[in-house]
Amino acid sequence: MANRQATGYTLLFATAICIVCGILVSSFAVSLEDLQDENIALDKQKRVLEAVGRLEPGEPIDEAEVAERFEPIEPVLIELASGEAVDGDTATFDQQRRARDPATSTEAPDNLARVKRIPDRALLYEMRGDGGELETIVLPIEGLGLWGTLYGFLALDADTTTVHGITYYQHKETPGLGGEVDNPTWKRKWPGRKAFDDEGDVRLAVIKGFAGSAEEDPYEVDGLAGATITSNGVTNMLEFWLGENGFEPYLNRIRAEAN
Amino acid sequence: MAVKKSEAALDPLFNNNPIALQVLGICSALAVTTKMETSVVMCAAVIAVLTLSNLTISLLRHQIPNSIRIIVQLTVIASLVIVTDQILKAYVFEISKQLSVFVGLIITNCIIMGRAEAFAMQNPPSLAILDGIGNGIGYSAILMVTAFLRELFGSGKLYGYSVLPTVSEGGWYLPNGLMLLSPAAFFIIGGLIWALRVYKPAQVEMDG
Repeated sequence: MANRQATGYTLLFATAICIVCGILVSSFAVSLEDLQDENIALDKQKRVLEAVGRLEPGEPIDEAEVAERFEPIEPVLIELASGEAVDGDTATFDQQRRARDPATSTEAPDNLARVKRIPDRALLYEMRGDGGELETIVLPIEGLGLWGTLYGFLALDADTTTVHGITYYQHKETPGLGGEVDNPTWKRKWPGRKAFDDEGDVRLAVIKGFAGSAEEDPYEVDGLAGATITSNGVTNMLEFWLGENGFEPYLNRIRAEAN
Repeated sequence: MAVKKSEAALDPLFNNNPIALQVLGICSALAVTTKMETSVVMCAAVIAVLTLSNLTISLLRHQIPNSIRIIVQLTVIASLVIVTDQILKAYVFEISKQLSVFVGLIITNCIIMGRAEAFAMQNPPSLAILDGIGNGIGYSAILMVTAFLRELFGSGKLYGYSVLPTVSEGGWYLPNGLMLLSPAAFFIIGGLIWALRVYKPAQVEMDG
């Protein structure tokens, strides 16, 4: 046996272990990436379906069924600043990558949601009824929670004010505390609340404690117990993405078209 | 070291159960046992990681320099856990999302490092594999019993299928919300430890 206590041997052994483990981990990560990406894309579709109320949280559903229920939902690419629809490949559109690239984004003004850069384009979803009338709008939202950025969807009715649902598909919040943004019971408190008040300002907020029913407290949602920073994060991202730097131009266009 | 093969595999079930006697790995036992489905996946992941890490450490036991043996064990375990996590994300995405950080936390599950340091460093690979499987199953047994009770009384279901129809779904059973919270797992695991020690008084720890 080689001298196991020699410094040279120890260093050599440590290096060898690192290389072997490194190769093992990275080869698995690379070879499974495609499957994982497919899962992530499918999961995102499911969260959109949840936001528009075409899928119950936790309901088992296969890929074909997701595609079928997605039928009336159309991905729409818009230019954020004008709110106008633009042409582009919706399948490969990556809003986060666009927001990182200085060529396709602008620096965001100071905001509570801690959004650093605003992409020039955004991908949202419009659900239309049988007659082609707009029923529900699904807007992507993101903002800082406690441990990281939360990514999700907010669904609004065609009146652009009444909330239809909210879901998150990616976050790093503590399970049981901030992670309760995934809790179906909490998410069920959202439909029927009003995102904007009569003056057109964003007013919907997650409060500390309990809010009444949607009729009594249209602008408030129950806070998440033990997760004030996550709750505030949700409020802040609503304010940012429904505001002038977010989807306000688009929502104004929808309102104008409705009249 | 004269450890019989049958002992290596069977001892951890009742005589030397990692959760009930050694009281290790409690953290994940609290977190993932609200449903049997997530528990099964967690158990499979722990058994796989424990067996493979025991095997690897045992194969390397004459090569590992003593001064860095803990960090080598940790490196091996961490790599295996990351690989497991990647596989779960690729093949059972929904469940891996529910398990969230707890798969990653297998790295810090004391059972795995405990067995690597206490058993695999001194024993040949065949025994180490059996010890890994045995301890994994010992851990799993407690987890599954806990998950069974929590899911049944907490949501009236077993493995996602409704067994006791709940009031909210038009049945008669009013679910016990406490069962879905972490403290319930403490009560159940405490109860299991008590039952096991009544059955095997030798496991009772004496004061002093």
